[in-house]
Amino acid sequence: MRLIWSWLADPANWTGSGGIPVRTLEHLGYAGVTLLLAALIGIPLGLWIGHTGRGRVVVVNVVNGMRSVPTLGLLFVAVLVLGPRLGGDLAFLAPAIIVLVILAIPPILAGAYSGVESVDPAARDAARGMGMRPLEVLRRVEVPCALPLIFSGLRSAALQVIATATLTASVSLGGLGRFLIDGQAYRDYGQMAGGALLVAVLAVLVDLIFAAVQRAAVSPGLLPTTSRRSIRTRLVPDPA
Amino acid sequence: MKKKLSIAVAMAATMLLSACASGDPLASPSATTSTGSSSSAAAVAITVGSANFPESELLAELYAGALEAKGVSVTKKLNIASRETYVPALTKGEIDLIPEYTGAFAKYLNADADTSDEQAALASLQAALPKTLTALQPAAAQDKDSITVTRATADKYSLKTIEDLAPVAGQLVLGGPPEWKSRSYGVPGLKKAYGLTFKDFKALDVAGPLTVQALKNGQVQAANLFTTDPAIKANDFVSLEDTKSFFGAQNVIPVLTASKATPEVTAALNGVSAKLDTDTLATLVTKVVVDKQDASAVAAEWLTANGLG
Amino acid sequence: MTWFLTHLPQLGGLMATHAVLAVLPLLIGLVVALPLGWLAQRYRWLRAPLVAGTGLLYTIPSLALFVLMPLVLGTGILDPVNVVIALSVYTVALLVRTVTDGLAAVPGEVVQAATAMGVGPVRRFFTVELPLAVPVIAAGLRVAAVSNVSVVSVAALLGIAQLGSLFTDGFARDFVDPIVVGIGACMVLALALDVVILAASRVLTPWTRRGRTV
Repeated sequence: MRLIWSWLADPANWTGSGGIPVRTLEHLGYAGVTLLLAALIGIPLGLWIGHTGRGRVVVVNVVNGMRSVPTLGLLFVAVLVLGPRLGGDLAFLAPAIIVLVILAIPPILAGAYSGVESVDPAARDAARGMGMRPLEVLRRVEVPCALPLIFSGLRSAALQVIATATLTASVSLGGLGRFLIDGQAYRDYGQMAGGALLVAVLAVLVDLIFAAVQRAAVSPGLLPTTSRRSIRTRLVPDPA
Repeated sequence: MKKKLSIAVAMAATMLLSACASGDPLASPSATTSTGSSSSAAAVAITVGSANFPESELLAELYAGALEAKGVSVTKKLNIASRETYVPALTKGEIDLIPEYTGAFAKYLNADADTSDEQAALASLQAALPKTLTALQPAAAQDKDSITVTRATADKYSLKTIEDLAPVAGQLVLGGPPEWKSRSYGVPGLKKAYGLTFKDFKALDVAGPLTVQALKNGQVQAANLFTTDPAIKANDFVSLEDTKSFFGAQNVIPVLTASKATPEVTAALNGVSAKLDTDTLATLVTKVVVDKQDASAVAAEWLTANGLG
Repeated sequence: MTWFLTHLPQLGGLMATHAVLAVLPLLIGLVVALPLGWLAQRYRWLRAPLVAGTGLLYTIPSLALFVLMPLVLGTGILDPVNVVIALSVYTVALLVRTVTDGLAAVPGEVVQAATAMGVGPVRRFFTVELPLAVPVIAAGLRVAAVSNVSVVSVAALLGIAQLGSLFTDGFARDFVDPIVVGIGACMVLALALDVVILAASRVLTPWTRRGRTV
């Protein structure tokens, strides 16, 4: 414990291009780009599968397969294969981001299609009954109802990406993983433990932010805390 | 209900036992049929370690093969990161033997060690080693750290020696293994000996493909590569001359727990060192890294060819 | 392909070690998570701190946990026990929530019926609640198994020999073959564990397979 504290308290570790703020921002950068790309791929695909019901078996199996790929191995292959073909910093950054995106897609995809699938059929029926066309049903009814599970997928992906992005330091990238790899290389336990603590704190903070966004974005009727009774008391006045 | 539970327990137990049955996996894997646990009173059991780069692994395989030929039972624990990790393991007895380099190890143990030539490096190492460890005879083979640049960079700044870097270092990024940032023969040492302050230091791998790629890519302009690395010639890189002998003499030398240095062990290891020169080492490393042959196979072939296997 | 064929015995050994390093934590983690999950489900006020607290453990990067274990446990630096304990921590982190959810999903009427029949609380837990929670717990165990197989490979950065060693070796030599074979072997292992856990879950819940007789 003392080691972590002395490392964290040392002002030299907070300044410069290798300091804690810079590394944290780098780490968030990698995670942010990854989640954005994974969401751009995973959410539309998941929505489509949930909405049309087509391709589900194939995709579910592929996604489960993707979950079992060891990230470190994939990272090394990607760097060896793609690195020589790219120039400059991109040579190591691109393979790393690609691997992280592959890691992040399964939970996001699963969240999206299970979210759409779990939409109350009555709501879907009512929407169709109101004359909405399929795309409208998707946009105005299914997506809002699927939001809790979509968010759940995003949060799960964010947690995995933040924890796993530390491995990219082994292929010369920055981020908080730098403290882990460098700390391990020269057995500086304070640096390693400090880095690990920072990653954990970052993961918790990001999760809390997601939770707040979720609370704001998801319709109150879908929140688990809102019970049937409280809705009823809000909509129906007390009989005098 | 109880029957189903017992079936499940039996299944789990079978699964576990079958995994265990293929050797004791929690012990380190041994390439020989004799396991480390069955050592007779006369013969000694040695655990050989190595650092996490192919040449170190190759040397460890050479030592292991030679020891087995003399009847010593050997366990291998290879690719143990860098000195900061395996030296504590060595002093604690978790490993008994490791291939080392006279100058680098001497400087690791004592930052002010004199490693300017072979004799000085050897003497410094022997003086710096703790009492529980001993170093045997060094080989003629040397593999030194270097600062290497691309042909283009060398031409651009007219670089021949490391001293030539002093005026331009501020414009260049240096690449090396992560531990270089703090080691006395890494970044701080270069500043002290040559007055070099680089623009930035990038932590890469231990003089492996990552470093080679970064140098080729232009991510770093100067990089730490080992002098036996085939990539230097293959990519027309230029290794700058170490005029002040900063990296010192780096003879390959076996370092082991003193109590395990029995006559058979000493004879086996010195036998390897006697026949190992720099060109041989470079050729063997090329077989492992470029021809992608297994270190254990290359080691076995060479030992047999030299009557040591 | 040729590399794979010429290195089969070596691959087998690494796979066996990898399997043990991944499976032992599953068993240890399960044994630890069951009482914790039961506590969290039984005492409502414990639920949030237990689930959130253990979930926090999952955010600690694996490399850090492997390296810091010797400091905490006093084990050797190269001891594979470090990997087993670290992965058990991750398994507990994943399973506490699952066990809690699984036990909470047991229909209240069934529990009440068992109590009414005179089944004591301990026996009720083992003969009624736990078996009914098996499907949910098994699902969590499958996720933990796949995750463990992937995380064990990171220990190769510390020299612990398992399938991950193929990754570091291949990377150091700029040799893609061992890495690809290693990835394949990990995926096969993960699939095998997944199938075994699924099968065990089916065996333990025969009522889900029988057709309705009434």
